[in-house]
Amino acid sequence: MELHDLTVRELRQRLAAKEVSSAEVTEHVLRRIEQLDPHVGAYLTVTADQALAAAKAADEARARGEAVHPLAGVPGGLKDNIVTEGVRTTAGSRVLENWTPPYDATVVRRLKDAGVPVLGKTNMDEFAMGSSTETSAFKKTRNPWDAGRAPGGSSGGSAAAVAAGMGYWALGSDTGGSIRQPAAFCGVVGMKPTYGLVSRFGLIAMASSLDQIGPFTRDVADAAELLNVIAGHDPKDSTSAPGRAPDFTAALKAEAKGLRIGLPKEYFTEGISAEVQAAVRQAAAELERAGATVEEVSLPHAEYALGAYYMIVSAESSSNLGRYDGVRYGRREAGADVPAMMTATRALLGSEVKRRIVLGTFVRGKERLPEYYMRAARVRTLLRRDFEQAFEKVDVLLTPVTPTTAFPLGRRVRSQMEAYAADICTVAVNLAGLPALSMPCGVGADGLPIGLQFIGPAFGDAQVLQAAYTYEQLAWPEGAGRAWRAGKEVDVDGH
Amino acid sequence: MKFTPEQVRALAGQARLGLTDEEAERLAAQLTDVLQEAERLKELDVEGVEPTLFGVQLVNVWRDDAVEASLPRDAALAAAPDVQDGFVKVPRIVEE
Repeated sequence: MELHDLTVRELRQRLAAKEVSSAEVTEHVLRRIEQLDPHVGAYLTVTADQALAAAKAADEARARGEAVHPLAGVPGGLKDNIVTEGVRTTAGSRVLENWTPPYDATVVRRLKDAGVPVLGKTNMDEFAMGSSTETSAFKKTRNPWDAGRAPGGSSGGSAAAVAAGMGYWALGSDTGGSIRQPAAFCGVVGMKPTYGLVSRFGLIAMASSLDQIGPFTRDVADAAELLNVIAGHDPKDSTSAPGRAPDFTAALKAEAKGLRIGLPKEYFTEGISAEVQAAVRQAAAELERAGATVEEVSLPHAEYALGAYYMIVSAESSSNLGRYDGVRYGRREAGADVPAMMTATRALLGSEVKRRIVLGTFVRGKERLPEYYMRAARVRTLLRRDFEQAFEKVDVLLTPVTPTTAFPLGRRVRSQMEAYAADICTVAVNLAGLPALSMPCGVGADGLPIGLQFIGPAFGDAQVLQAAYTYEQLAWPEGAGRAWRAGKEVDVDGH
Repeated sequence: MKFTPEQVRALAGQARLGLTDEEAERLAAQLTDVLQEAERLKELDVEGVEPTLFGVQLVNVWRDDAVEASLPRDAALAAAPDVQDGFVKVPRIVEE
């Protein structure tokens, strides 16, 4: 096993046994980024000096025999919508291309306090709006396993970095699938925690009632390790859940017996490719053979999730993006008066962002509000109840993550809704505020990974991890994020 | 309903969003398409269903009225495009 391909837990053991130092590991991964990232394009900013300083500090603490945090010295990356004090944070937008935040997001504070080196900031769709990372104002990110394909999005840089061994973990954010879909496209583990479990303080807001930060890792156990660092109440986020978060590594027990799995029939329909459906059903069959019970369930309003999602996400994001007006921070374009200055500044936004701002402005308009936004919010209640009823019968739901394997970069669609339909399996989870984990479960005819998704009830994050860990131990005991690819090398021939 | 480029420009004006003519044309077609998906929500009877407006249901809590450290003014202003005497500067708002 190559050094850069270890899991967080494997690396931690080697660091604890002093077989390798964090400085050596961090230098190794930084060299790999230097060699590989010109082809992949996962990072927008690399913070080599800061990462090495944190690595050396972790080594010194270990050498002094201090009790260090389990993740001390294990380097990874941050999606570029998570603010970092003194390090440029762009959210993939021209409007913020030179913005250096004066503070750290709470998740960053927690990682730094744990002695975790941060390698840099990863590429993303502009303000997290997109499913391929192509709406980034700065560059394309390529799928590490096929340079002609998209890495998914919006957290495509984070997924590609972890898949290609350019970091042992990465954080992303998920508003409608932006962690789970790129994890599926790049063949790694990605988790969207329950809304409120992880502080959003310092996450550049897209849709505040849907956004949630979560980890990308190479196996399920590592997702639990990362969640242990970032979860828990934060007084600076008024929507953060009260109380202490549990120790999520306690959920890592491979036990299929007694596990009740539901397959929602609305997620296995003609819109989902046959090979994806077959791979997910195969995973259900493996769990059943090991003692789990599997039954079909129904989420009757599932077909309305996309419509409700795009109303709510547009309304909330058009409101949140009002702050990019050229006044207090970010870029300013000249104008004769304030409205002209603001209009010129906001012309810098990309087309996907403009589309959502215009739609959001429409649905938030006084006369349209009951017809579209409030109706969508009521449908959101119906969707939430569907899940609540399903979880009276089963512990977790098992579904596909994406209709197909990674689609090509620059794909052409006939309509805007066809593009948005890529999120069909993921948006309902955000509307209901639930935890869900995406992980590889097979390989498509094109050699690219297929993902599955476990969904749990609100604050059933441990339940989701336990189901995922059980499946991983059955099917991919070396770690689902690397076992599926069996010797496959990062594709650097694409250009 | 069908969006027209004029409508798109009017909405963009409310949001202080600069659009080119070509962008307004394209957005009108795309938004008509997306709104069609939302029109389908009208098939459902939502009479009497409470809206879900937040990610979680939380009750309001009060913190102690105690002074805590906050961002120093210089740090908060460091990223502003134009600053004078500790204030953010913008083009003239009030007529002379």
